[in-house]
Amino acid sequence: MNGSEFSWSEFLHMGGYATFVWSSYGLALVMVVFNIVSPMIERKRVIARVKRAIKREANSRQTS
Amino acid sequence: MFKRIWAWIQKFSSPKHFYRISGKMIPWFAVPAAVLGVYALYMGLFVAPTDYQQGESYRIIFIHVPAAWMSMFIYMVMAVSAGIGLIWQIKLADMIAAASAPIGAWFAFLALVTGSLWGKPMWGAYWVWDARLTSELILLFLYFGYMALQSAIEDQRTADKASGLLAIVGVVNIPIIHYSVEWWNTLHQGATVAKFDKPSMHIDMLIPLLLMAIAAKLFYAAIVLIRARNEVLYRERNRQWVKELVEKL
Repeated sequence: MNGSEFSWSEFLHMGGYATFVWSSYGLALVMVVFNIVSPMIERKRVIARVKRAIKREANSRQTS
Repeated sequence: MFKRIWAWIQKFSSPKHFYRISGKMIPWFAVPAAVLGVYALYMGLFVAPTDYQQGESYRIIFIHVPAAWMSMFIYMVMAVSAGIGLIWQIKLADMIAAASAPIGAWFAFLALVTGSLWGKPMWGAYWVWDARLTSELILLFLYFGYMALQSAIEDQRTADKASGLLAIVGVVNIPIIHYSVEWWNTLHQGATVAKFDKPSMHIDMLIPLLLMAIAAKLFYAAIVLIRARNEVLYRERNRQWVKELVEKL
């Protein structure tokens, strides 16, 4: 930044480009969080699905 | 000799073996990715000097350029994996390809949006149909095409073949993206880092950019492993080892 002393408001202002700079960094953050969370949810779904299949198989074995 | 190498490859590329090893590997990528990413953010936002032409707006570069690089890098990983899957029928390679596609698509999307957010103040337009922008948009559509084929085709092997073929054909687009700024007269600025000459960039700007690029690669490595493990569990769901493993979870 220009000037000798650091100021948060000047930093957040980004020399007038705040909208563009911060929406870029914001989207990057969203992208990172989404890419961490979504495969974790997917994992739970896959495990639940396999468990259901195992149960169904066990049930059909009992009835037949 | 060849037989032994082949046997070794088959053992280590077996989904079961991969699942066990990859679980241990994830933190070794995830933790350095987080540390390096935060450090690169600090360097990019607080340490790197203001650009004399573009002012503070250039700081978008620390997101935009690594994202664009990743979108191409992941595409190559995806296409090579898909090729290995097609030629040598290694199931794990197809899983890596399938796990890579959504991550690559996100990076391509991020590169396009941040580029447009940079273009507006610098060029006066969010979007222009310029060679660099158009070829990167095609890259995003190639990812979408791959994912669409994966989810639309019921039979996994057919899905892998069709989407893998698309991924391999789409490799043509990668050099087009890279050289677009040289081949055509574009609005997009030329290469400042990836060229044979010395990078024409201030060292205090170059360091955070490269650190961010490494952090992004490590991030991809961690996420692709997590996603590939999901693919293993799903695709091998009828195997005994998966059933036993899932019942313990």
